Formats: sequence, C-alpha cells, structure tokens
Amino acid sequence: MNRWALRKAKNGAFLVLSLIATMTGLACLAAILWTLVSHGIAGLSWHLFTAMTPPPGGQGGLLNALYGSAVMTLLGILIGSPIGVLAGTYLAEYGRNSRLSTAIRFINDVLLSAPSIIIGLFIYEMVVVRMGHFSAFAGALALAVLAIPVTLRTTEDMLNLVPIGMKDSSAALGAYPWRTTISVLYPAARSGIVTGLLLAIARISGETAPLLFTALNNQFWSTNLNAPMANLPVVIFQFALSPYKDWQNLAWAGALIITVSILVLSISARVLLALLQSGRGSGR
Amino acid sequence: MAIINPRHAAKQLIYERVFRSATLSAAILVLLILGGVAISLMRGAWPALQTFGFSFVTREIWNPVTDQYGALAPIYGTVVTSAIAMLLAVPAGFGIALFLTELCPPLLKRPIGVAVELLAAVPSIIFGIWGLFVLAPVLQRHVQPWLIAHFGVIPGIGHLFKGPPFGIGILTAGVVLAIMVLPFIAATMRDVFDTVPPMLKESGYGLGATTWEVMWNVVVPHSRVGIVGGVMLGLGRALGETMAVTFVIGNAHRISSSLLAPGTTISSAIANEFTEAVGDLYTSSLIALGLLLFLITFTVIAAAQAMLRRLERRGGATV
Repeated sequence: MNRWALRKAKNGAFLVLSLIATMTGLACLAAILWTLVSHGIAGLSWHLFTAMTPPPGGQGGLLNALYGSAVMTLLGILIGSPIGVLAGTYLAEYGRNSRLSTAIRFINDVLLSAPSIIIGLFIYEMVVVRMGHFSAFAGALALAVLAIPVTLRTTEDMLNLVPIGMKDSSAALGAYPWRTTISVLYPAARSGIVTGLLLAIARISGETAPLLFTALNNQFWSTNLNAPMANLPVVIFQFALSPYKDWQNLAWAGALIITVSILVLSISARVLLALLQSGRGSGR
Repeated sequence: MAIINPRHAAKQLIYERVFRSATLSAAILVLLILGGVAISLMRGAWPALQTFGFSFVTREIWNPVTDQYGALAPIYGTVVTSAIAMLLAVPAGFGIALFLTELCPPLLKRPIGVAVELLAAVPSIIFGIWGLFVLAPVLQRHVQPWLIAHFGVIPGIGHLFKGPPFGIGILTAGVVLAIMVLPFIAATMRDVFDTVPPMLKESGYGLGATTWEVMWNVVVPHSRVGIVGGVMLGLGRALGETMAVTFVIGNAHRISSSLLAPGTTISSAIANEFTEAVGDLYTSSLIALGLLLFLITFTVIAAAQAMLRRLERRGGATV
C-alpha cells in the first residue's frame, strides 16, 4: 500500500513538473510577444514607412531598412528556391536511394541547422573579398544559401507524398519523367512547395548574422545592389544597442514589425499545410 | 491510333536530359556549398593559423593592439553557455514533450504544439533584444543576488556565483540560449515519442505502471537514440547561435571563474568585431574562430543527424 502511494506521488510530481515546463515555455513566448507589443506599439507611426533611418538623436523612420530587407529577402528566395526545388526534385524523382542522394540529403540536413554566421563568413570570403566591397547582392546570396536547404527538404517531402499512381499513369501515357514532373507532380504538390517557400521566407527575413558583413548597412536610401544596403535586422541590432532613445524606439518598432510578419508567415504556412492534408484525406 | 513522330521523340529526349542535368547540378551544388564553406574558411583562417599554430586554441590572449590572438576565451564561453542552455532546456523540453504526448487534452494538443513551434520561428535578434532589456534586468535584480547569497558560499562551486550581479554575462546568455533551443528539443522529443508503438505503452499500463513509469521505463528506453539526436540538434543550435548571445554576453575576452561575469563566445566575437577588424591578422583570426565553430557544430549536427537517421530506419523496419 505504502509503495503504491509512493509511486503515485512520484508520478504526480513528475506530471506536475511537466505541466510547469510547458507553462514556462508558453510564458516565454507570451512574455516576448508582450514586450514587443508594449515597446513597439509606441513607435508605430506613418513616419516608419515614409522616412529614412535618422542620424543619432534625430527623428526618422525605417523606410530604407524595410525596402532593403524586402529586396534582399526577395532576391534571396528568387536565387535560392529554384535551386532548392530542383535539387529536391532530383532527390525525389531521379536519385532516390543512390549513394549520392543519401549524401546530399545528409549534407542538406547539416546545412539546415548550420550556424548562419558561418554562411555569412563564407559569402564574405567568396563575394565581398573578391568584389572588394560590401553589397546588397552579397547579402542576398547569403540569404539564398540559407533558403536552399529549407526548400529542398519540403520539396522532396511533398513530391514523395504524391500518389505513385499519378506518376505511373503519366508514364503509361508515354511521358518522360521531366514531363511527368512538370505537368503532374508539381501541380499536385504545389501547395506543399509553396509552404516550403513561405517557411524559407520566414527563416531568412529575420536573419541578422549573415548580413552583418555581406550587406552591411546603409543609413541612406539606396537601390544599388552593388553597394551596401540598409536592412531591418542589422538596423535593429545597431539601434537597440545605441544609447539614443529615438533609435531604441525605432528598434522596438522594427522588432515588432519583423516578428509579426514572420509569425504570420509561419502560421499561414501551417494553415496551408493543414488544408492540404485535410483535402487529401477527404477528397479524391 | 497516334503515330510516334521521331522528331518529337528526339526532342523529348533532349528535354529529359536537360531537365535531369538541371536537377542533378542543383543537387550537387548543395555538396559544393558545404565544400566551399570549408575551403573558404580554411583559406581565410590560414594566415592566423600559420602565425599562431596550435597555440591559437590554447591561448586566452586577444589583443588587437599587439596583434596577438588566442581562441581559448571564446571557446570557453561557447562551451559554457551551451552547457547551461542544455542543462536548463533538456529537462524542460522533456517535460513539454511528456506533457504533449501523455497529458495534454487532445483539444489543446495542436494549439500548444504550434505555440512551441512559433517560439522556434522567432528570429534570434528578437531573443537578443528581449534578453537585454527584459530578462537581464530581472536576473540582475532577483535571480543573481539570490544565487550569490545561497550558492556563492558553498565551497567547491561557490566561485561560480561570485562577484557583482551584472545582469549580462555568461549565465544570462545561457538562459536566453535555453529558451531558444527549448522548442527544437521539445518538438524533436515529441516526434520521437510519437514513434513509440502504442502496443508497448499499453502493455506497460496493463501491468499497472503509472504514466511516469511507462514514460521512464518504456518510452525513454525505446526512443533513446532519438532523444540524444534531438538534444544534439539543440546543442548544435546553441553552439552556433549568434545574435541573441551577442546582446547579453557582455563581450569580454577573458575567462572568469564566475558565471555571472561577462564573457564572449565564438559567434558573438565574430559578429561584434568583424566589421571593425583592421589588419589582415585580426580578420584572419576571426575567420579562424569561424572555422573552429564550423568544425564543432558540423561534428555535433552530423552526429545528431546520424542518430535520428538510425532511429528512422529502425522505425521503418519495425512498423
């Protein structure tokens, strides 16, 4: 009897601890979001979207940083995602279980969790040193390298989910694999691949470390891809650590904008995936 | 009946070859990227490694004025902050995974799971700014004085909690890292626990075991490899994390016996000093730090992936 009570007590204790752990995790998320909203909301105004980043102590906005982030993220996705999608296609359709594919899959998973600052150093050595100066293009390349593993992984997973019968039907009609892939598999896996793109955008749009010494930063409006360009994460980094109140407020407002957009992106990617799965369960 | 047009067929074959080689070259590019990272880091680090040799990793000195660089302090900071993060995040992640798989009402399972994953999506710079302006003051006012008062007097480990409560420092960086890697560890463990066949768990319950006993004696042994893989994946993240640490570590190139003192890590040293580094040897030393980080994280992540893969294969074989 006594022993049973002891076991039950132990069980209860551990379950309560696990509840506390979960609460702590959720509390951290809530605390971070609350901090961002309470600090950031004061800084939200039209000036953010119409004015440039100010000199120390001055008033201003984040227009050039928002523009730079959008351009580099877009460019990064435009360069990175086709590579990721094609490589994912190779793994799912051609390579399958060959030794090369196994190696690529492994390396891709390593790249997926490799520190982003290493990628920044890599692009610095490859591009910035050769060109002799920092540039938005180098920043976009660093982001592209980070986007490749994400899109590769989701593309391969999604292509593997397409029913084999569809592939066989296409082949039976005499289509070559490329035709099957483009006309049958890609349309069937479209929402899955788009989910991968959204996740990749979410991943790279908040990255700071790889931009520090590729795109650097720029206090002024610049659309030149061959010159340093302002971007939101690096501006947040600089302004948050500055002693000026105005700069810190801008940093909080920028942090709020960036987090909200990333969370919206991640949630919509999840919703899309859920819709896809429920559609597959009931339809067809 | 359609007649096959030889011209058309030949064209199809060419398209096929083009498409196939395009996908193949994209796939090979992934290999080249990893190779390129290794080679470019080695080339960049070469001058520093040539100058300092093996002593680069054993010396604590970091002096841009006299051009003397050693990586011991950043290595120490990286290892200790990650160790603190793991110490806190592994039990907590285990708890969350236990809660999600065994306790959670089905209705809440998805929302809580998604919330945990959203914590993983928050960019690291946000953790940094939050850690500096919110967490550090809280630790400075409430937690660190308590640690100093209660643990600072214990012989043996007391020196770890000596000195004034700065707020920022090794300990704070470890705590921020713990919060950052928590969702990764929790999500991997949950996925691993979900692969345990229900039959095994039911057998445990059938013998009269409590939830905890089933967890500890059935689920954990069955998913050991996956748990270790998940933990090491989290460790890989913690070792390489840059921005969050840069905000709260204090950036002091020295090894203090106290966890409350400011320090530095490999990644935060690079992030802080790289654009300001003047002189080839300085830059090269920072790249050498990057090379060290690459080697460390590559080993950890590769080991983690190998373990998770082993689990996947085994899961595929038994189910």
